[in-house]
Amino acid sequence: MSDAISRDEVAKVARLARLILSDTELDIYTEQLGLILEHARDMNSLDLADVIPTAHPFGVTNVVREDVVTPSLDRDTVLAMAPDAQDHRFAVPRILGEAP
Amino acid sequence: MKSATQIAADVRSGASSAAAELERTLSVIAERNEELNVFLHVDIDGARAAAADVDARIANGDNVGPLAGVPIAIKDNLCQVGIPTTCSSKILEGWRPPYNATVIERIVAAGAVPVGKTNLDEFAMGSSTENSAFGPSRNPLDPTRVPGGSSGGSAAAVASNMTSLSLGSDTGGSIRQPAALCGLVGVKPTYGLVSRYGLIAFASSLDQIGPFSKTVADSALLLEVLAGHDPKDSTSLPEASPSLVAHVNDGVAGQRIGLVRELFDGADESVVTAVRAAAAALREAGAKIVDLSIPELELTLSAYYLIAPAEASSNLARYDGVRYGLRVKADDVTAMMEATRTAGFGAEVKRRIMLGTYALSAGYYDAYYGQALKVRTLTINAFARAYEQVDLLLGATTPSVAFKFGAKTADPMAMYLNDVFTIPTNLAGDPALSVPFTTGEEGLPIGVQLLGPGRSEARLFAAARVLEIADGRP
Amino acid sequence: MTLPDDWEMVVGLEVHTELLTKSKLFCGCQNHFGSEPNTNICPVCLGLPGSLPVLNREAVDFAMRIGMALHSTIAPSTFHRKNYFYPDQSKDYQISQYDLPINSGGYLDLPDGSRVSIERAHMEEDTGKSTHLGGSGRLAGADSSLVDYNRCGVPLVEIVSGPDIRSSAQARTYAAELRGILIATGASDGRLEEGSMRFDANVSVRRSGQPFGTRCEIKNLNSLRSLQRAIEYEALRQVELLEGGGVVRQETRHWDENLGETSTLRVKEDADDYRYFRDPDLVDLAPDQAWQDRVRAALSPMPAQRRGEVVALLREPSDAQLDAVEVVIDLGLEKYVHAVADASGDAGLAVARVANELAADVDHVANLSTESFVATVLMEQRGELSATQAKTVLGEVLASGGDPHAIAASKGFEQLSADTLGSTVASLIDAHPDEWQRYREGDEKLAQFFIGQVMKLTRGQANGKAVIAELQARR
Ligand SMILES: [Zn+2]
Repeated sequence: MSDAISRDEVAKVARLARLILSDTELDIYTEQLGLILEHARDMNSLDLADVIPTAHPFGVTNVVREDVVTPSLDRDTVLAMAPDAQDHRFAVPRILGEAP
Repeated sequence: MKSATQIAADVRSGASSAAAELERTLSVIAERNEELNVFLHVDIDGARAAAADVDARIANGDNVGPLAGVPIAIKDNLCQVGIPTTCSSKILEGWRPPYNATVIERIVAAGAVPVGKTNLDEFAMGSSTENSAFGPSRNPLDPTRVPGGSSGGSAAAVASNMTSLSLGSDTGGSIRQPAALCGLVGVKPTYGLVSRYGLIAFASSLDQIGPFSKTVADSALLLEVLAGHDPKDSTSLPEASPSLVAHVNDGVAGQRIGLVRELFDGADESVVTAVRAAAAALREAGAKIVDLSIPELELTLSAYYLIAPAEASSNLARYDGVRYGLRVKADDVTAMMEATRTAGFGAEVKRRIMLGTYALSAGYYDAYYGQALKVRTLTINAFARAYEQVDLLLGATTPSVAFKFGAKTADPMAMYLNDVFTIPTNLAGDPALSVPFTTGEEGLPIGVQLLGPGRSEARLFAAARVLEIADGRP
Repeated sequence: MTLPDDWEMVVGLEVHTELLTKSKLFCGCQNHFGSEPNTNICPVCLGLPGSLPVLNREAVDFAMRIGMALHSTIAPSTFHRKNYFYPDQSKDYQISQYDLPINSGGYLDLPDGSRVSIERAHMEEDTGKSTHLGGSGRLAGADSSLVDYNRCGVPLVEIVSGPDIRSSAQARTYAAELRGILIATGASDGRLEEGSMRFDANVSVRRSGQPFGTRCEIKNLNSLRSLQRAIEYEALRQVELLEGGGVVRQETRHWDENLGETSTLRVKEDADDYRYFRDPDLVDLAPDQAWQDRVRAALSPMPAQRRGEVVALLREPSDAQLDAVEVVIDLGLEKYVHAVADASGDAGLAVARVANELAADVDHVANLSTESFVATVLMEQRGELSATQAKTVLGEVLASGGDPHAIAASKGFEQLSADTLGSTVASLIDAHPDEWQRYREGDEKLAQFFIGQVMKLTRGQANGKAVIAELQARR
């Protein structure tokens, strides 16, 4: 079993990602993620200190659009997609905490 | 089965009609879809209306476009107005987009008839369609085997003669790998050549939409329609669609083609044999074959399986039960989001969301995501160096022919290794295609992969056409 | 309020301002306050699967204008995703600039001569708005919430000051001066009551000369008064806590305007892991020199400069006049003052008329040309109109336009002729010999008596200065 990630860390990650894991799933994911991360450590065989990271292969810059208003979606169509709506708004159960 | 090029010509000349071509497609679907699980949704009424429209415009003397009356299958991660679009996920079950993907607008404008939405691995994460929430698709050439993935349904649609063309998306090989396993041409275009607007994102810096077809010319035909600048996608290349069909028969005389050891090392012997035979065929046609080694490519699998999940973890955050799709009720909003996502996502999607969340989280970003971005730089530089020496690269598409259901589901790493030859070019943003060349075990098709620098699609099609002819499909 | 001796507050402000673009930051939906809920939404700002953002050029221009006004360095920048789940955020991440903001560094000089450093001014998108049902209508205690995404994706610039502010009054001055700058750049309407500008205050306290203490962040202050009161309260709370042997906990606090106190909103948690990474749907932003030059050329002068130019027109300005100048600059109406100064050389009366009469009906200033304003003020300066009459004329022109001379004439203001005034004054001198005698002997207060009498006889049509001139001529 790999030590790349602990069961507690997997549990914390699941909370961050808004996923609930059963005990069995926690065990399975801990092992599987461990193996994947272990494999990823082969990247550490290289000295990458001076390499500039590339987040994107696309070299074009300054892509902008003009400040022009375009039609919005029909509200009824949009709210018909919603699991719950009220007063022309999307309805959600109570929110426990403030936004960060 | 007629090629798309032939169908369009027949429909335009009056030798056939869009309606007749569509009915043929619908009858094959009716015959085989239950067995193969290719289409998640067939839009019979919409397709008939679209075909009737094409026929009416032809009767009216209008110029209907290069795909006149060609039925086409759409991967179910592309948004089409009013048509259920699920990404093969329970979390989007029943959702009907209020807008069209740019590629849908373009194929319809070119006269094509979208017939329905094809199965895929959930959110395009997988290499077999076994991760679909709606059951796997079967390989039409051997229904005990996978069609590959994630665009397995789109590959199976063409391989089973339901349609001559289909649309897929390729993030790490999701077009090329199923094309190889189903004996088709499949193309991953240069990043930015085809607009991603309306493609439900898996990993935004890697995703590209591309064609499946039986012939090289058909893929060129479809890609010409798909390509070209789209102001709705900030990462769309600024130029108009390139000329591709006109170059399909350009040949490879004088081209330098690098045979890259890292792009077939470790593959099954039948695959290695096919790649070497392809090199010989290209040499025969006048290309200069250069043996190359690009050691950096060995690190790309690791980098990919951090970068793609990292982006996915953020792209898939929006499925929270608030605005559309599944909601599992709970007392407070956080519990509702957790219950919804837990019920709505399958195991592989959860695995990648967690992997990506972890790779981006405080304390691990530098060790994982940051390191992967540096490997991406090395990959781009390594390819660029290779393209200083040669015009194109040659390798395998997959390590093996189509595998049996369940063969790789127990071990995620074994499944991920399927993508080892296709992933590098996604990291670099360069184009690549898979073209069938010879057969392997049990007569199953083998795909060889051609890779080129950015915007080299015309050259890739010409080389693929050489292999197509050499493989006995003139 | 003052902190106990030897305590000092350390305050930094984060100011969010919505930009006055026509459309949202990354989509073409209307950027408009007060629309019907969920009518300004599209696949992009609603975060529908498959949608993609495209940056609004005008938002970049506004962001650069703000940066230029704050003496920031404009640098190549990128957009990141700040990942956190929240229902008013349609993608469950916010697109924001992170390690490479468009504007970094800079400063803002306050009227009192102090300087507050600017750390950065970056672009980001606003969130939607939630309405809470049940309970008191606030989040806490609500049964459920309703979300309107009209505001989701509206462009914001967040201006982050250095921790340079040392009093609540200075914080208020900084915020007011910044507001003036934002309005002057055209980037913001500065409407605090509509939430188009919002303040977050980072407050800590320390004994003089000691290192910074633990800070608390007071969120979403939406008026200058709240900002000042909240900072005052919070600094005092922290001092009392520390003097009582307690410790300040790093947390986000809410200001209750009615109770006049702050309370814990949320404690900073380990779970606050936003997993910032570059948004792969957007490309680098690196405005070249030509783009920057074009923006700079369109930039109008900032309040400090404009204020200086108006003050320079006044001879030994009083405090009241300086306050009036502040109003003039705030409303951006100094062109009227300059026009009068150009015509007559005396801006004092013009400042007063703008700060009072024009300010009172600012929505209609478009009806008042500078020529009409100059004409009215000159009539008043020359004694052709009394102050009351001049105000009436201005009010009339503001309300419905028209020529001030014609209005004055139609109201019968047009001159009490010099002859009439002269004979009125003469008859009053005859009628009040004692008062006249005392005035002649130097009791200047009696001028007011005569002015009052003249006004009474002429029903306010006379001009005070003209009366004095008449009196002095006969002295
Ligand atoms: Zn929008």
